[in-house]
Amino acid sequence: MQDVVLAMLAKEPAHGYELRSRMRGALGPLGDAMNAGQIYVTLARLAKAGLVTSQHAEGLPDRPDRRVYALTPAGQQRVAAWLADVSWPKPDLTEFHLKLVAAAAARLADPVTLIDAHRREVLRRLRDSQRAALERSVDPVVGLLVEGVVLRLRADLEWLEACERMWTERDRADNGSAPRTEDRGGLPGGAA
Amino acid sequence: MTGPALLQARRVARWYGRGSALVRAVDEIDLEVPAGQTLAIMGPSGCGKSTLLHLLGGLQRPTDGEIWLAEHRIDTMSERALARLRRRHIGFVFQSFHLMDELTAVENVELAALLAGQSPRRARQRALHLLDRVGLADRAKHLPSALSGGQRQRVAIARALSNEPLIVLADEPTGNLDSAATLEVLRLFEDLRTAGQTLVVVTHDARIAAIADRMISMRDGSFADDSRFTTSAATGAGTGTVYGGWR
Repeated sequence: MQDVVLAMLAKEPAHGYELRSRMRGALGPLGDAMNAGQIYVTLARLAKAGLVTSQHAEGLPDRPDRRVYALTPAGQQRVAAWLADVSWPKPDLTEFHLKLVAAAAARLADPVTLIDAHRREVLRRLRDSQRAALERSVDPVVGLLVEGVVLRLRADLEWLEACERMWTERDRADNGSAPRTEDRGGLPGGAA
Repeated sequence: MTGPALLQARRVARWYGRGSALVRAVDEIDLEVPAGQTLAIMGPSGCGKSTLLHLLGGLQRPTDGEIWLAEHRIDTMSERALARLRRRHIGFVFQSFHLMDELTAVENVELAALLAGQSPRRARQRALHLLDRVGLADRAKHLPSALSGGQRQRVAIARALSNEPLIVLADEPTGNLDSAATLEVLRLFEDLRTAGQTLVVVTHDARIAAIADRMISMRDGSFADDSRFTTSAATGAGTGTVYGGWR
């Protein structure tokens, strides 16, 4: 959650409520279940850790949703490290999805490059797992686990391929349509 | 796993149609496959991988570029010379096996050797040896219809090996197989890999990664990614990391 909130701030400083609407926009129907309070708790923790700063906007009540949050240099470094992290897989794909959305919105990294790095990592794991399954001496019950691991990794690969297709198309569409608008690309409602 | 290039493609292209309907199925690809390498070319259907395999195997001619197998330039060869080269030096494995239904397993395997001019006796000996090698010695007299999918594909692999080819080219070899049969075929390919057989497999089945020294991802007629693996001799070397991701 911390990394996601940081990355969502990478594009530009934002009010708490803007941040919340960016997250909801990026998650679509899945964002409905998101707890707004969780974002403010996370922001408070990030501020304490020196990863974000916040300013009280003049003329507005001093509430977390009305404060403007921005990344510190340490926060920016953390976002870069998170984008480069290829730890995979997590049963929850939301974080990876948000990584791509945040990377594209703030032009921090090419989503397709991130997808490629993950695809290589998943492929490496799949290769290791399948090689384990080739072992003739492998116990059939263990083989069952290996088969399960392989099946999940194959599903991940298929999903990553779908991600690659979509982000490649989006990239083409964005580059093809002039003039380019900064606020397009994955964060509907973000800069309202 | 590096040696002189056995198979080379230089700016190979294959186009279909013309004008606005022009499709670049294979778009100026460069490729070198060293002897002894197991190369997997992966990609979604329609990315051009099967066309590329057909070009590499001399089953189709490129629109442009050169293809070399050992010292032979194959894209400009006469049909007759090409057919002879395919018979002698290239083993093909296809998704749908392409076995002759009315011939037994051993007859299917020896057919290629007979066509290449070997004596019936030697061809039979070699076919029986190969069936033994793919674990089907006791199925030699069976018709394909009496064999499972995995067994049929193993017969097809034995047939591909019958003329001791320089290279084996496989097109979706596990495409029609269940997971147990896929494992049989992967094990067989792994044996071929350790025996030093040069092998090029095109597939959308990522499990093929298990036996590859190198994997190329293909998109829209071009190579998008080219990764090499350092393969330890022992299979299952990665067991320790396999389960780490799933808890």
